[in-house]
Amino acid sequence: MKPCNYNDARRGFLKKSAAIAALYLTPSSLVKAFAIEAVVPAPIAKEKLTITINGKLMHLEIDARSTILNLLREELSFTGTKKGCEMGQCGACTIHINGKRTKSCMQLAISNQNNVITTIEGLSSTEQLHPMQAAFLKHDAFQCGYCTSGQIMSAVACVREGQAKTRDSIKTYMDTNICRCGAYQNIVDAIEEVAKTGIKI
Amino acid sequence: MNTNNTNTIFWEDERVDGADKVTGKARYTAEHSLPNLAYAVFVTSNIAKGTIKNLDVSKALSMNGVLDIIYYVNCPAVPGYNSNAAERPKNVTEWRGHKVLYDNKVRFFGQPIALIVADSLENANAAIRFVKPEYETESFETNFDKARLNPANLKPGVTYKRGVDGVKTAAASVESEYNIPIEVHNPMELQATIAYWEAEDKLLLYDKTQGPKSTQSAVARTFGLPEKNVRVIAENVGGAFGSSLRSWSNVPAACIAAKKLNRPVKLVLTRPQMFTLIGYRPQSWQKVNIAADAEGNFLSINHEAISNTSRYEDFREGIVDVSKFLYACENVNTKYSLLPLDLSTPIWMRGPGEATGCFALESAIDELSYKLKMDPIALRLKNFTAINPENKLPFSDNNIKALYEYGMTKIGWKNRPMVPGTVKENGMLIGYGMAVGVFGAGKGTASVRAVLANDGKLLLECAVSDMGPGTTTSMTKIAGEAMQMPIAKIKFKLGDSDLPPGPSQGGSGTTSTVGSAVDLACKTLQQKLKELAIQFASGFNTLTADALEVKNEMVIVKADSSKKIEIPALLKLANQDKIDLTINSSGKTPEQLKFTSNSFSAHFVKLSVNPKDGKIKVLQVVTTGDAGKIISPKTARSQMLGGVVGGIGMALSEKLEIDHTTGQIINASFGAYHVPLHSQIPPTDAWFVNKPDLNVNDIGAKGIGEIALIGFAAAIANAVYNATGKRVRDLPITADKLGFKNGKA
Repeated sequence: MKPCNYNDARRGFLKKSAAIAALYLTPSSLVKAFAIEAVVPAPIAKEKLTITINGKLMHLEIDARSTILNLLREELSFTGTKKGCEMGQCGACTIHINGKRTKSCMQLAISNQNNVITTIEGLSSTEQLHPMQAAFLKHDAFQCGYCTSGQIMSAVACVREGQAKTRDSIKTYMDTNICRCGAYQNIVDAIEEVAKTGIKI
Repeated sequence: MNTNNTNTIFWEDERVDGADKVTGKARYTAEHSLPNLAYAVFVTSNIAKGTIKNLDVSKALSMNGVLDIIYYVNCPAVPGYNSNAAERPKNVTEWRGHKVLYDNKVRFFGQPIALIVADSLENANAAIRFVKPEYETESFETNFDKARLNPANLKPGVTYKRGVDGVKTAAASVESEYNIPIEVHNPMELQATIAYWEAEDKLLLYDKTQGPKSTQSAVARTFGLPEKNVRVIAENVGGAFGSSLRSWSNVPAACIAAKKLNRPVKLVLTRPQMFTLIGYRPQSWQKVNIAADAEGNFLSINHEAISNTSRYEDFREGIVDVSKFLYACENVNTKYSLLPLDLSTPIWMRGPGEATGCFALESAIDELSYKLKMDPIALRLKNFTAINPENKLPFSDNNIKALYEYGMTKIGWKNRPMVPGTVKENGMLIGYGMAVGVFGAGKGTASVRAVLANDGKLLLECAVSDMGPGTTTSMTKIAGEAMQMPIAKIKFKLGDSDLPPGPSQGGSGTTSTVGSAVDLACKTLQQKLKELAIQFASGFNTLTADALEVKNEMVIVKADSSKKIEIPALLKLANQDKIDLTINSSGKTPEQLKFTSNSFSAHFVKLSVNPKDGKIKVLQVVTTGDAGKIISPKTARSQMLGGVVGGIGMALSEKLEIDHTTGQIINASFGAYHVPLHSQIPPTDAWFVNKPDLNVNDIGAKGIGEIALIGFAAAIANAVYNATGKRVRDLPITADKLGFKNGKA
């Protein structure tokens, strides 16, 4: 795991972005009471972000209000990461940040300075499917495929974190990821099989 | 894995489009990119009913990156928004449903009242709260339970009468009322449209739809364009369950904005908007009365239902229909009425109507079984019918008895107590329940293009869509079997209105309808190949087509399999680089119309109820289907498993909550509207009879999508009663409704 780089510049970003985030992410019904009459905010300046995505170091200029999810999907064409709710409730947007599974809709991109991001597109470093992708395919662990990227990213973390010892522990860990088509049983089958092989993933 | 068919050896197991879905390569609607794309977001009303007196957009319009704000004052004229038929051109039809951005009326809480278009999603979102509406409010009604009690609120009901209206002198009878709240489809993919006017009269749409052709037609007829000038692409659909069966307000809104700004516009709904703007299963009230003789023969069934619709559109579904034909009964009377409320319009949700109706009917039959002291399966067998009593036609096939046998054995039905609340395991009350589901098995029209190239590859095309069941896979398999060739060499292309017309994916009809067309296209292709062989292959010219067969990518002489020619070689001889044909497959033949066709399901549940707090845990499920030949065993099984998950949600947790003082939906998120999660799903066994039903179509296959869910909620309710002796008739069955407190009932 790569440690976060808490340098001064980043603290500056964080202060700014936290204030923006407070306004941006608060439900509009709450904000309305005091903000609707407020002065229209000044244009948001672009902020510099250095980030590694799927092994590639990138120097970007981004909107400080962008979530990492929207940055991936709208700016960088990494559309494998899915948007399901933008409230951290469905898990479709799950990615790995510095190796830890994270809901990318809940993260401002700017607070990921120097972080290492892995998305579904970067899970396998070769042309071959990652073992978890292959297991999902084998067990038909999806139907429409929209929650699948998030399920797989969570599933990999489940095995890596040693939470795939029993079917019950898999289910508990995976309760963060909704599948409306209802492929749950097949998803657990896939994770269990990968975990049982004992191969490092 | 399945089928007695020898061609199984050709079948590969995984979904043909599966690799794209596990690698994130599969692109869904909002993921398509166009140069100069603008982002649109809806501003929605925060009153339930009234008039917008003024909409102040000035601050929002001045914000960074905001390109335009479209609302009733500045919305360009849309030909199909004109309600005066005399003024509309011939090729224009009035837009069905809410005419978004058109007028200053608010019809439901959360209705779009303006569309912000900006150069980025962040800039569009930031402007929302600076759009300031002033309303004149009107009184409204969103409370179904209250409003349905006043008959004046109901639209005149549709009645059906067969025989006597309720036998009053029966040995046993039950009469109960059942309530189902609004349920919301909530597919994982957000509803989305990207609209781009490629020319003044030419529109390209990426749209999340279950029917590229139906969207094409709706848009063309709304904007007064020739159909061929509207192209709708829906390559991958991230679940829908009925919610994308019609074009909602996002479609015209994106088209209007793209036209006004003369650049491509993307509009993606938010999750809360998914609860208000793309339909839902309507709330319903039902009353079922069944009278039976002492042996359990049904003497009469009365089934009455009310479901809600919106104030501006009627939506009805087949809630009472199952009672007319599923069981042998001479006297059946039904009535179905609509209750308009100040909500948005409902739409079909998986197992539409029948899922609602079967919850009531199959619960009532269970209630009757206890009165008669009969096993509920024995009671159902007693009333089995091979003839549809409504239209008097024989069922094309009905293997429901086989479903009962399999399910009873696998769930351990012999352990079910005849007296409820008498079996405990580890301190938990144990109950067993079952129920039946049924849905019509239709066959419609579809066209398929088949292109067999001289490299041996086969391309098939149809403008259907695949929202998840695996249509691409099953169509490829049907073609592989018909052509007797490896499916790796076959590609089935869908999700584009430019392809030959196909149906919307819905009502469990895709496999039957499009599958039949694929089968016909392949057979036509084989006929062409035989003709070419007779004409061009040496030694074939004395033979007739009947003497030949096409398999293993060759044309072979049946009587002497050493005489054969490979397809690429044949095409070369014929000097053709491909065979390219398009066929039209019609609906049912007169012979097929002599039958009534349905898919059937029977669901079996074992569950526990904690006597301390009433908490329900589903322990085991056996779900069985009679849907003719199973084309793709793996994906068919997944559909059944998905139906169980949906059924558990319907039975135990899903309910849309409305604050009737404001008309606002107060649980419009996954955090508050509870769909099932991994932990709630028990070990599930899915099984099919898997017997071709050739009275429906030539491929012998019927639909699965609906029967996977229909009846399931009743199986849970029946098992809860078996465990506790408490009958819950109002979904969802939550612990509080069982009334356990401190270990006492």
